[in-house]
Amino acid sequence: MTTDAVPILEMRSITKEFPGVKALDGVSITVAAGEVHAICGENGAGKSTLMKVLSGVYPHGTYSGEIWFRGEVVEFRDIRASEQAGIAIIHQELALIPELSIIENIFLGNEVASGGVIDWGTARSRAVELLARVGLADDPDTQIKHLGVGKQQLVEIAKALAKDVKLLILDEPTAALNEDDSQHLLDLILGLKGRGITSIMISHKLNEIERIADSITIIRDGRSIETLDVSAGGVDEDRIIRGMVGRSLESRFPDRTPHIGEVFFEVRDWTVQHPQIPERLVAKGSNLVVRRGEIVGIAGLMGAGRTELAMSIFGRSYGKYVAGSLYKDGQEIVLKDVQSAISHGLAYVSEDRKVLGLNLLDTIKRSIVSAKLSRIARRGVVDPYAENDVAEDYRKQLRIKTPSVDVGVSKLSGGNQQKVVLAKWMFTDPDLLILDEPTRGIDVGAKYEIYTIIQRLASQGKGVILISSELPELLGIADRVYTVFEGQITDDIPVSEATPENLMRSMTSARPKAK
Amino acid sequence: MTQTTQTKKSGGLSDLRKMFGGNQSSARQFGILASLIVIIVFFQVATLIAKGTGLTLSSTNLINVVNQYSYILILAIGMVMVIIMGHIDLSVGSVAAFVGIIVAKSMADWNLPWYLAIVLGLVVGAAVGAWQGFWVAYVGVPAFIVTLAGMLIFRGANQWIGQSTSAPVPPEFSFIGAGYLPELPLPLDFNVLTMLLGLLGVAWIVWNEVRLRRQQHKIGADAAPLWVSLIKVIVLSAAILVAAWLFATGRPGTSFPVSGVILVVLVAVYAFITNSTVFGRHIYAVGGNRQAAALSGVKDRRVDFFVMMNMSVLAAVAGMIFVARSTASGAQDGIGWELDAIASVFIGGAAVSGGIGTVIGSIIGGLVMAFLNNGLQLLGTGADMVQIIKGLVLLGAVAVDVISKRRGGPSVIGFLMSRRSRQTADPFPDVPAVVPTSGTNETSRPADLPRS
Repeated sequence: MTTDAVPILEMRSITKEFPGVKALDGVSITVAAGEVHAICGENGAGKSTLMKVLSGVYPHGTYSGEIWFRGEVVEFRDIRASEQAGIAIIHQELALIPELSIIENIFLGNEVASGGVIDWGTARSRAVELLARVGLADDPDTQIKHLGVGKQQLVEIAKALAKDVKLLILDEPTAALNEDDSQHLLDLILGLKGRGITSIMISHKLNEIERIADSITIIRDGRSIETLDVSAGGVDEDRIIRGMVGRSLESRFPDRTPHIGEVFFEVRDWTVQHPQIPERLVAKGSNLVVRRGEIVGIAGLMGAGRTELAMSIFGRSYGKYVAGSLYKDGQEIVLKDVQSAISHGLAYVSEDRKVLGLNLLDTIKRSIVSAKLSRIARRGVVDPYAENDVAEDYRKQLRIKTPSVDVGVSKLSGGNQQKVVLAKWMFTDPDLLILDEPTRGIDVGAKYEIYTIIQRLASQGKGVILISSELPELLGIADRVYTVFEGQITDDIPVSEATPENLMRSMTSARPKAK
Repeated sequence: MTQTTQTKKSGGLSDLRKMFGGNQSSARQFGILASLIVIIVFFQVATLIAKGTGLTLSSTNLINVVNQYSYILILAIGMVMVIIMGHIDLSVGSVAAFVGIIVAKSMADWNLPWYLAIVLGLVVGAAVGAWQGFWVAYVGVPAFIVTLAGMLIFRGANQWIGQSTSAPVPPEFSFIGAGYLPELPLPLDFNVLTMLLGLLGVAWIVWNEVRLRRQQHKIGADAAPLWVSLIKVIVLSAAILVAAWLFATGRPGTSFPVSGVILVVLVAVYAFITNSTVFGRHIYAVGGNRQAAALSGVKDRRVDFFVMMNMSVLAAVAGMIFVARSTASGAQDGIGWELDAIASVFIGGAAVSGGIGTVIGSIIGGLVMAFLNNGLQLLGTGADMVQIIKGLVLLGAVAVDVISKRRGGPSVIGFLMSRRSRQTADPFPDVPAVVPTSGTNETSRPADLPRS
């Protein structure tokens, strides 16, 4: 940590109110120049609001309090003003134009031009230089849509560097990245720190924060609770969690004694083609079984074909079916579309709840019944009483925090949205639930509740397939874990024998285990 | 009508909000309804000043408005469903004209009886809709292109079949477009059926309110005070009865037009379909998020198909009513109708990106256009100015909607009203989650979560 006398950023008693709600209540934060400063807090604690105040999304005058940046009081009118001052924010949802090239995106809004005419020669050489700094080896003319999320993140950072950024804000930068890309990104942040760029990082992944942060400010319920100095020692994940939730957390996973029954669902020799590229197989002769009451984990790196496998089983909703068969309770079943998958008792909770899981224009109650309207309809007419009863029931069962089930799902936090999605699929009364990253982007407390729900479903004798990128999560609640690598199931490990190391080995090796 | 607005202003705003259901879409509908009332009152006063007598709310004029705009409003019913799906239908005017000429020719040349001609018209409409629905749903051509093509194809087909001349229709057929509710042989000097229709409307409003209150009571929802319900029922009933009386006591031989009856029935049927049926839910689901709907087992293409098909059937109905009213089918029929229908839907609060819109809202939006047009004509405004003003109103209405949505409020009026009670629009309704202190509780349930 540098010992500059003047901190690069000081936000003093920032208060931001929305009608009826105090989102921030006297939050103060001091960021020393050249450090990596993490901001931790549960969803809805006010982290994103604070960053929006800082970056000018909420202009000066809509909040109270002072912002000191590089020794001066700043009053940003908009994002452009904060960018000019040297603050760049990289959002969870990337702001790149998919159809444009890397180079065009890097200089978008900040073109290397004289008199409105772009100097592509200079732009290219600068782009090459910036890409080298962020460690991206791709051709700068590549269209963004051809890059993975990890590389897109790097382009975002290059774009920020092009604007001569002094303070880089990263909002959940690794949420959508796999292990490798995350490591690379964290290394990059440390590298930038070496070059004097200060970073503020918001993340739910406490192990990452523990690894790279110099200091940590904890925000809870719109107030800054404390700032922890990591270099002073004694700061570990449990210490951070204690600050976030206001008490200690002894176990992040609820206890459970599994009652595992017979095999009731089986996938045999499942082979699926990529929807556009026929020669690419996203599933290659995969076999898996699920027992009643069992939570089966699927581990794999991003792009290994976990989601593809799950969606292709769920009524062939991804890719092109080539071969393989499904058995349920000993009978072969053919699921040609989602409707037949649902009626055979399958449910698939997507990893992307905003794009694939919910209609964000809809209310909670209409969302919950949407996958099985026939259960509350007679002769095609929806029964509003039944609908309301169902929604209220799930609100209580799953503790969906909302004043009413008539509230739009877009107004809920990530964790509560996920509960609505779970309720929607529980309402279809499935025998097998496929949960794809059910805890992505939601906070620690809500995660615990989701785990509890998953375990309760298993204890009711349902089978659960849990796809997760977080190995501790799989180790924490699964009974058995399959590993997937390049469309192949490479291993099948009971959780008692599984370790992060042997899982990772099977997730990165092409040799299927001989059975 | 003036009293209506005054009573509304004097009431408790948050309670009055509940009058319209209290949620976003109903607040938006309330805004449009308010502008409709303002427009009607404005023209009533303006004609009173300019001509010495208020013309807008006269029997003759109301009958005129219904006769002139019922077919546009019928198109708006189908169009709002198309727009909720995120599509558009530019072909409705041409389809209406195409069906019109076939129906006229079938009666004139093949001597088809009028009722069979109507069936034929509906079948042709369905066939045209199936054609367009096929391209949209199963080939994946954007509806804009399919219906732009349809606009050309069916306009051409109208002219080809009709040889660009007009074909007359028999008087029995004219009944559906130019007829009125018949007089009953009773010694009363008003049209009894019209008044009965009005009373039916009042009964429906009362029943609906009672049902709503009972429902709110049953689910323990925060219902509006009784006086709000009473005022709502009284005001709406009075408006309906006054309108019915005006229709019933017009020039002898006139009463509530048959085309208006058809419109009212269609509105009721489609409002029910979109609100309360599985199919209606599927329309909103696909329009709001097609991928999520597909992954919930909704056959999105099938919904595309039927919504496009339905639009053409309603275009056929509109075409037949128009032909019946003008007693002949011509080559210029239906030109520009699609634009009026689309404008009605957007004034009525639908979103260009799909997923949002209501049948009732679109009808009110259509009535805004209708009374604006009609009022300007009554004042003797030229067709040039009428078009300019209509264009500005469309732009203004949608701009207000867009701006208020950006602010996060339901609509400008809803926004003003919602300041009083923001609970439903709370941006952070989420109580911060709590984490258990103990992971060893046997129920595997978090120990200290609030038992809400």
